[in-house]
Amino acid sequence: MITKRIIPCLDVRDGRVVKGVNFEGIKDVASPVDMAKFYNESGADELVFYDITASHEGRALFTDILRQTASEVFIPLTVGGGINSIDDFDRVLKCGADKVSVNSGAIKNPSLISEAAKKYGDQCVVLSMDIKRVDGSFHVFQNGGRIDTGKDALEWAVFGQKNGAGELVVNSIDTDGVKNGFDIEMLKAISELVTIPVIASGGAGCKEDFLELFNADCADAGLAASIFHFKQVNIKELKTYLRNNNIEMRI
Amino acid sequence: MIAIIDYGCGNLFSLSRSLEYLGIESKITSDADESANADKIILPGVGAFGDAIDKLNACGHADLLCSLASQGKPILGICLGMQLLFEKSYEYGEHNGLGLLKGRIYPLDKDIENLKVPHMGWNRLDIVRDDRILADSGKNDYFYFVHSFYAKNCDDCLIATAEYGVDVPAIVGMGNVYGTQFHPEKSGDKGLKLLKRFATM
Repeated sequence: MITKRIIPCLDVRDGRVVKGVNFEGIKDVASPVDMAKFYNESGADELVFYDITASHEGRALFTDILRQTASEVFIPLTVGGGINSIDDFDRVLKCGADKVSVNSGAIKNPSLISEAAKKYGDQCVVLSMDIKRVDGSFHVFQNGGRIDTGKDALEWAVFGQKNGAGELVVNSIDTDGVKNGFDIEMLKAISELVTIPVIASGGAGCKEDFLELFNADCADAGLAASIFHFKQVNIKELKTYLRNNNIEMRI
Repeated sequence: MIAIIDYGCGNLFSLSRSLEYLGIESKITSDADESANADKIILPGVGAFGDAIDKLNACGHADLLCSLASQGKPILGICLGMQLLFEKSYEYGEHNGLGLLKGRIYPLDKDIENLKVPHMGWNRLDIVRDDRILADSGKNDYFYFVHSFYAKNCDDCLIATAEYGVDVPAIVGMGNVYGTQFHPEKSGDKGLKLLKRFATM
């Protein structure tokens, strides 16, 4: 049976990892390539690179970094950030990405999901959603969670699957950064409506949070950034802990 | 030198880079003459079976692979490349494969219940029979799978399976012809070890 996955996320701006501090055993803590190698050796099941660059120069640096990483790390790589067109898909896939995650780009142009799925296959298209509770329902936000689109997140998730998204990233703005556990309620609401894998994001603070997530049977993978970067949670220990608690893990 | 056949089906960057990383000489090629002169062949592939076999025929590689296989040249098919080695596929219609291995390709969703398709993620091997390709691999190794169709009725060449509602053929092989349903080039250290084993056998 396939394992649950643990996925560290690297935010990259102008070719450097943001928040990549406090690392031992790595020469350059802000080098995405070094960080990726470190996570690969720690047993990460997949890596997500998120490009938060605004400039063209930064974007060129990002694709260069991606190519270098994909040349040395042989686990699946997902890339997101600034993906607005098929050309953007093409650009990152050529640099060694396996999956491409769309967020605001799909909100602006929903047909991007189906066009990309047709061209590269469903398995390549990840729909990433930033979601927050508004007046008792789940709303999709865009531009890094700053703008309420008014879109219903449950409908958007179903639309995504129907149009060829192969995976969903559910990022709860309500729990993000709070480190008090994943948003189980939100994840359950979404995972009950779709059959594609759901990646939980936002809220992980300790290894018990991942156990709670997987025991609740509402996600196929847990994604986190700072708790791994700051070594509050060690991936190897986390995976051993989960396996000892009967969650299937690749170790 | 290993020829990685480029027939327009899939991204060959990781595969080519993983061989380079292992210090194994390889070349991405769509030229049948170049493939004929290689020591070994890797047939990659992502996409639809029908389209892929048409393209293999168009670039002259379908016949070539059959003759190289009979000459004893080691061939490794990966993912769709593995499926192409079989006799037939029922992926959106009915298509003839290369027929180098006995067995047929069927949709996974018809045979499993309550499991997601594609079968995507890390899965563990169950070894069916010992083989030299497994010299550095074992039943506790995980490999990365992404596929919606799978081989059936292929007992003759079955080396290892992965459990996903049914026993999914994960490694197949007969003589000098091998195939993996998973992506060794995306399966971390274990995947690299398997690639190295093929490259050096």
